[in-house]
Amino acid sequence: MNILVCISQVPDTTTKVQVASDGISIDKTGVKFILNPYDEFALEEGLQLREKFGGTVTALTVGGDTCKEILRTALAMGADKAILIKDEHKNDSYSVAFQISEIAKTMNPDLLVLGRQSIDYDSFAMAPMLAELLGLPSISMVSSLTIDGNLIKAERDIEGGKEVLESSLPCVISAQKGLNNPRYPKLPDIMKAKSKPIEEIPSLSTHARISTMAMQLPISKRIGKISGDSESEISDIVLALHEEAKVI
Amino acid sequence: MKHIIVFLEPKDEHSLKRTSYEAITAARQTGAQITGFAVSGTETALKSAAEYGLQNVVVAQHPLLHQYSSTAVSEALSQFASSVQADTIVISANATGKEIAPRISIKLQAGFIPDCNELSNDSAMRPVYAGKAKVHVKSNTPITVYSLRPNVFTAKSHPSAGITIGSFTPNLDESHAKVKVISVLKNEGHLDVSEADIIVSGGRGLKGPEHFTLIENLAGTLGAAVGASRAVVDAGWRPHGEQVGQTGKTVSPSLYIACGISGAVQHLAGMSSSKFILAINKDKDAPIFKVADYGIVGDVFEVLPVLNQKLKALLGK
Ligand SMILES: Cc1cc2nc3c(=O)[nH]c(=O)nc-3n(C[C@H](O)[C@H](O)[C@H](O)COP(=O)(O)OP(=O)(O)OC[C@H]3O[C@@H](n4cnc5c(N)ncnc54)[C@H](O)[C@@H]3O)c2cc1C
Repeated sequence: MNILVCISQVPDTTTKVQVASDGISIDKTGVKFILNPYDEFALEEGLQLREKFGGTVTALTVGGDTCKEILRTALAMGADKAILIKDEHKNDSYSVAFQISEIAKTMNPDLLVLGRQSIDYDSFAMAPMLAELLGLPSISMVSSLTIDGNLIKAERDIEGGKEVLESSLPCVISAQKGLNNPRYPKLPDIMKAKSKPIEEIPSLSTHARISTMAMQLPISKRIGKISGDSESEISDIVLALHEEAKVI
Repeated sequence: MKHIIVFLEPKDEHSLKRTSYEAITAARQTGAQITGFAVSGTETALKSAAEYGLQNVVVAQHPLLHQYSSTAVSEALSQFASSVQADTIVISANATGKEIAPRISIKLQAGFIPDCNELSNDSAMRPVYAGKAKVHVKSNTPITVYSLRPNVFTAKSHPSAGITIGSFTPNLDESHAKVKVISVLKNEGHLDVSEADIIVSGGRGLKGPEHFTLIENLAGTLGAAVGASRAVVDAGWRPHGEQVGQTGKTVSPSLYIACGISGAVQHLAGMSSSKFILAINKDKDAPIFKVADYGIVGDVFEVLPVLNQKLKALLGK
């Protein structure tokens, strides 16, 4: 089974966000970048399926040179091959999905695995977009997956429960936490990954379909009434919830 | 925006999902013409949309739509939007919308603006970086697909004079239905955080799984769902389905009560768009208080029983 795992580099979850001077993106000064946490589940799933069925795992990302770091993590975890589509701009989800789809078409993978969302733009868009561009079925937010021949059976999280779905290979899935327990790369593998080749592909030009006009930091409109724990103070809070917030 | 197609999902025989009413309300406020589009639902459920100002609903009819398939639904909606030359599609960013909205955008060569929390006639605002920033986004294409963050657009009653239900027959074949839902496993018996109007969440401050009865009792009084921080889910005290935050669920209830939760950024990412937040924590410097509307600095073991008793008295329980 040939598996393509699409990963992305994102700011560490504890990053303090500041708006850059262009007014439409974050200031990257001092920001630590990491492998998108959901992509760890995607990589792990790809590796486990390869261990079961044989084949190859290719990790792919779209981004600048700094993204080689996450490709090295993927190689250290066990990916066979790494591809960087060099596009510093990543204008919108569509342009990223389009570029991945063009490369995927040349590889004919049996399965494409992604994280359910990138934790920068939180769009949840990549798996269905990519699948549509490739004319494939897709299942988003998969928390359990079994593959038997060409048949896929998956569970995915929905509001108030789970959906059980059936599909067939080739297919695109996006991984939810709980799908597996991602392995930690071992030190010798991390060292070896440093010298493995990363295939670089120039950016394929696309027109962004959406544009960010401005980025702002949210202004807190919170009431901020903090009090002690005496019985009368608790009574006051209950009253405020009822009369001021009107939520009970 | 001239003509908006709003995707409607039935909840049961009598009504649509709340997110569908929210989408109608958001669409109505742009002043554009609106047509509801559904692939299932009883007449009563579809007509209930009149309460929120909808005048036209179209139901797609096709044997391949009898068993839910995200690919078939996307194809049907896209064909309908093209047939009426709609320039805007509005879909809730719930679990269904997360699968179909991006697909429809590709089919219609449309810009896709996901997870909006404000919608205007020509653009939208959406949170990014887990709510630590927000962006104003515009589409560069003749057609645009917007998905709306659930529970943000309050559904407002605005009864229409009447509602007509029409039908549409899409052109589908098996190649459009390569993925199918074969069953749905409901979390029986308890309310899910992603559907609840009030959530009572507990964190490591509860000290052990046995003390979550304090959280459950309060949730019971308020008809609320029980939520949890990742620390307690990872410790096995609570099921993963209850986790709120970056790697759990994103919620925006009217009231979120955080008990013994420190307010780590990853937790805030999932709940900071709640309408009102009440935090209970014994550490007055806990970051959760920075996003709280109301806070009680105190021990959950002492505060929760008193709070529950006061709320019961207020609600006459
Ligand atoms: C990639 C990544 C993703 C993550 N995703 C999530 C996520 O989705 N959701 C999530 O919640 N976390 C997430 N986390 C973890 C997050 O960073 C915190 O570790 C976690 O939220 C802490 O949970 P907590 O508030 O219950 O525990 P703690 O941080 O240990 O806080 C416990 C709080 O309880 C208070 N307390 C203790 N005893 C009492 C008492 N008797 N009465 C009152 N208060 C008391 C303490 O003052 C403290 O503030 C993520 C982390 C990473 C790195």
